[in-house]
Amino acid sequence: MNDILEVKDLKKHYPGVKAVDGVSFTIKEGSCFGLLGPNGAGKTTTVEIMEGITRQSSGEVLYRGNPIGRDFKQEAGIQFQSTALQEFLTVNETLRLFKNLYKKSMDLDELIGVCALRELLNRDTRNLSGGQKQRLLLAIALINDPNIVFLDEPTTGLDPQSRRNFWELITSIKKRNKTIILTTHYMEEASELCDEVAIMDSGKIIAIGTPGELLEAHFNDVLIQIPEEDFIINLDSGDFKITHKPGKIIIHSDNLHDTLRLLGERNVNLSRMEIRSRNLEDLFLELTGNDLRA
Amino acid sequence: MKRFLAIFHARNIEFFRDKSALSWNLILPFFLVFGFAFLFSDEAREIYKVGLIGESPEIYDSKTDFFRLKQIQFIKIADLEKAINKVKHHQLDMVIKNDGDIHYWINSSSVNGHILERVLKGSELKTIAALNYQKQTVDGKQVRYVDWVLPGILAMNIMFSCLFGIGYVIVRYRKNGVLKRLKATPLTAFEFITAQIMSRLILIVIITAIVFFGSDLFIHFHMIGSYFLLFLVFTLGAFCLISLGLIVAAKTTSEELANGLLNLISWPMMIFSGVWFSLEGSPDIVIIIAQFMPLTHIIDAARAIMNDGAGITEIYPNLLALTVMSIAFTTIGSMMFRWER
Repeated sequence: MNDILEVKDLKKHYPGVKAVDGVSFTIKEGSCFGLLGPNGAGKTTTVEIMEGITRQSSGEVLYRGNPIGRDFKQEAGIQFQSTALQEFLTVNETLRLFKNLYKKSMDLDELIGVCALRELLNRDTRNLSGGQKQRLLLAIALINDPNIVFLDEPTTGLDPQSRRNFWELITSIKKRNKTIILTTHYMEEASELCDEVAIMDSGKIIAIGTPGELLEAHFNDVLIQIPEEDFIINLDSGDFKITHKPGKIIIHSDNLHDTLRLLGERNVNLSRMEIRSRNLEDLFLELTGNDLRA
Repeated sequence: MKRFLAIFHARNIEFFRDKSALSWNLILPFFLVFGFAFLFSDEAREIYKVGLIGESPEIYDSKTDFFRLKQIQFIKIADLEKAINKVKHHQLDMVIKNDGDIHYWINSSSVNGHILERVLKGSELKTIAALNYQKQTVDGKQVRYVDWVLPGILAMNIMFSCLFGIGYVIVRYRKNGVLKRLKATPLTAFEFITAQIMSRLILIVIITAIVFFGSDLFIHFHMIGSYFLLFLVFTLGAFCLISLGLIVAAKTTSEELANGLLNLISWPMMIFSGVWFSLEGSPDIVIIIAQFMPLTHIIDAARAIMNDGAGITEIYPNLLALTVMSIAFTTIGSMMFRWER
């Protein structure tokens, strides 16, 4: 795959704040690139510079090897983190309004089908639920049949069902060979959708790669979780690397077979044990030392 | 052009579906026109208020013509002390008590009181009649005060609709992120601004025409000039005022600040542009300042057309001033315009 977008040493400084502080990465055409990080990490600012909405202090953004210019808006679809639509218009009128702002556009009927808006066409946009509004905003982002789609925290505030429905939508868009740039602070979302992720904190990228590569590079263990009352071993024995959570003991094991055997020999009740692999959230916490800042 | 039309169409839909705003934009001007027409109709126009203690005005009638002047509203009041208190607070211009002799009270700081005193005394000075005063009447169709004030009321309504209509909408769009969303599209600031101006302009012209002809059915305005010229003056004037509103809306993100700024612009115009009274005899500085106000030129030109039948040659200085101001305001507004906070 060719690189469709290249970000080179991007900086955005406000008085007293380095919102973006020397960020560089490339995005492959047709991939889904995730920009992860807590609130205030600088991911929205980075994305808005890439979109051409915000001007950078220094650095550059190249689209197919050239600095992004005015025509980039014809090629890009954008869904902001929070936005309002013109009032008193129906879903259908809103779609037609945005359709007429672009030279080329996707077939409206097809778009309405893809984003599951058919039942909502005559509804005033002020009367849409959170999930319905996000689907409309996604349809607006796709209306010009863009090569590259920016989705800034598109599922924030949605209930789990709406979020999963939205993920299915994104997956179907990926299949149309669109390049997707997704910012999120939901690690599960990034795992589900992204081919490559960059983790940002305090305006810098602190890790970048495919989720598998990053997990492999940073972890070689699995986690065994046991209720505290079942873990009757002397904690000072040094046999296990453990961490505590309220009411639970987490055992970090780099050899699951040996650890389970050892626990069995110590007569630990394993009937309520849970085993899981490391995930992006573990990686995020490991790298930033922070909880996710919602 | 496609993008301009899309925004223009969407804004029109928004305006017509916002029933409360639409009805307010239609009903308020009718209220203003009918309200002021009544207030300033010659029949209802009582300039001075005089309290009469104890007795009805009829008893005073035989005393002097003063009590038959239709420009004075006589109000019967029982309690002298209360009446004097009203004079003290400028609620009454004069109080008169008849106990054989006529006693009157005025507030020494009230201009109206002094004038009434002169009229009251003068009406008894029979010698005045002996002087050689010769009354001359003005010929031609009478221009009532309501005919004189109406162009001002129509222009004032256009001003409020232009300034607040465009200013508030754009500030609201910026505040809630509509403008940011539009910025992400190929739409240019010029296309957006012109669509907003044209949408508002057409709506205001339609509403003003409805108010004008609707009110005319009942009030029968004095209109001896060209309807086309009047249309031109109101249209150009509306364009100029919308452009002025754009300057306020160009960067502002707070509706409260926009409200303050728009009031700061509209109130001096309402006072110094000659909506209510002629600026004849005003201090030079007031007249000079008034020339920099679009409303002054709209009102002067509309009055000249409606009341005097003025043609393009008489009103071209007003049209020129409005054109220059429109270009200046639009240029400044476009240069200052920001999509985002």
